[in-house]
Amino acid sequence: MVDFAGWRMPVQYASIVDEHMATRTAVGIFDVSHMGRLSVTGSGSQAWLETMLSRRVADMEPGRVRYTLIASGPTDSVQGISILDDALVARDADAMDGTPRMALVVNASNRPRVVEWLRSRLPATGVDLIDTTAETAMIAVQGPRAIELVTGLAAADAPRISGLKNYRSAPATVAGRSVMVSRTGYTGEDGVELVVEAAEAESLWETLHEAGGPLGLRACGLGARDTLRLEAGMPLYGHELVEDSDPFAIGLGLAIDLDGRSFPGAAAFSGHRVGTAGRIRVGIVFDTRRSARQGDVVRLDDRDVGFVTSGSYVPTIGAAVAMALVDRDVSQPGTMLDVKVRDSLQPGRVVQLPLYRRTPAARQPVPG
Amino acid sequence: MAAEIRFAKTHEWIRPEAGGLATVGVSAYAVEALTDLVFMQLPTVGRKLKAGESFGEIESVKAVSDLYAPVSGEVVEVNAALPNALETLGKDPYESGWIIRIRPDDPAEIEALLDRSAYDAMIGSQPH
Repeated sequence: MVDFAGWRMPVQYASIVDEHMATRTAVGIFDVSHMGRLSVTGSGSQAWLETMLSRRVADMEPGRVRYTLIASGPTDSVQGISILDDALVARDADAMDGTPRMALVVNASNRPRVVEWLRSRLPATGVDLIDTTAETAMIAVQGPRAIELVTGLAAADAPRISGLKNYRSAPATVAGRSVMVSRTGYTGEDGVELVVEAAEAESLWETLHEAGGPLGLRACGLGARDTLRLEAGMPLYGHELVEDSDPFAIGLGLAIDLDGRSFPGAAAFSGHRVGTAGRIRVGIVFDTRRSARQGDVVRLDDRDVGFVTSGSYVPTIGAAVAMALVDRDVSQPGTMLDVKVRDSLQPGRVVQLPLYRRTPAARQPVPG
Repeated sequence: MAAEIRFAKTHEWIRPEAGGLATVGVSAYAVEALTDLVFMQLPTVGRKLKAGESFGEIESVKAVSDLYAPVSGEVVEVNAALPNALETLGKDPYESGWIIRIRPDDPAEIEALLDRSAYDAMIGSQPH
C-alpha cells in the first residue's frame, strides 16, 4: 500500500503482470475513488464550463462525455497560462427543473487546485460547484469481458449499458444499486467506469469481484493501471502533461477546441497550433526488459534530444517501453535513439503511439 | 559450522562452499517484496567487489534495486541462465536461484553477517 495524493492505495493486489494481463484478456476492476469528482449544476453551469475548459462544452447533449484540459490564466494572452489538469467533462441528465447537470472527473493530485481555480471564477449566480469526491466512489471495470460482467448484474438496464457508445454515460441500476455508468477508461480496453454512493461502494466491489471470478477477473492496483495506460499511449498528468505543455506537440490537440471560443489558455494554445515548437511525444520500444524511467535523457550521437516521461516493462509487449518528448527531427518512427538508463546508454526505437491497440474483434459497439 | 547461510541487511544471502568459495543470492523475502521481476544485470567474472558495493541490479515492473556484495571478494562465476529465468528466484531463491559465486577476501566477514534467526527477526519487524 502506498500513499497517493492522500489516498491509501495498493500498487498491486498480487501481481502487476497478472492484473495487467487479466485486463487485456478478461476483465480487471480498479478502485479509482481517489479521482476527484465535481458536480457543476444550475441554469448557468453548461455555459460557464464552456468558458473554462479547452474542449467545447456548449453543444454537449445529456449523456455526452469529453476529454478536456483545464488551464488557469487569461483567455486573451499567451502569458501566465498554466495547465492545471486533464479531465473528463460530462453532461448528465437534466435536473427536474430542466437545468443542466455537469460533472468533472479530475486527477487526485490536482483536485485541490482545480477546485480552488474554478471556485475563483464562479459567476455570482446560476452555477453551483460541489466537490462530491468524498461522498461517492468510482470503480473502473475494464477489459474485453467488462461489459458482459456489468450487464450481467444490470437486469433490465443491461441493454442501456451495452448500447452505450464510447464517451457516453447513463444512469443505471447495477447489482441493485444506482450508479452512473460511463463508457470510458484508462486502459486501452473496452469498459466502463461506475460512480456510486460511497456507502454502496464496498458491496458493489464485492459483487463485481464475485461475479467476475468465472470470467477471469482480477482486482487491479495502481501498478497495472500505469502499465495499461502506458501501453495505450495515454498521458498521465505530471509525466507527459505538465503545466507548460504544448498540447499539440504532445498529441493532445484533440482536447483543444479553439474555433470561435474563449477560455483560459485559448490564445496560448492557438499559437501552439500554428507553429508548435515543442518536443513531440513519441513511443520508444527497447529490446530489453530493463526500463527507462521518468527523467532519463534521450540522446542521439552527442546531443540531448529529449527525455523520458514514463517508462516501464509492459506485459503485453513483453519488453521495456517508454513515452518520451523528443526533438521533432528525431521523432520519426523507426529512428534509433539512445536512452541514458542509470549509467549506460540503451538503444531504443521510436514508434508511433499507442504502443498497444486492442483488436477490433474485441471491440464492443462501435464508437460514434 | 562454516556452511551456514548468512544474510546482509540489504537482503542478499551468502553461503560458504568448498574450496574457499561462497555463493550469493537474494532472500525469499526480498523476491516476494519486489514482485514481478523483469530484469537482472550480472557482474563480469573476475570483478573485484568491496563489501557493500553494488554488483548488479534487479528490476521489477515498478522499481529497480541494486544488489550489494555482502562481503569483499572476487567474482568467480555468475548464474548466466538466471536473467532469462527470473521466476527461478521466486521458486528456489536459495539453490537454483543463486546469482554469483565469489572468492571472499576474508571468510571471517561472512561470519559477521546476520544468521537466519537474526535476519528473520529483522524482516519480521519491517513494515509491509
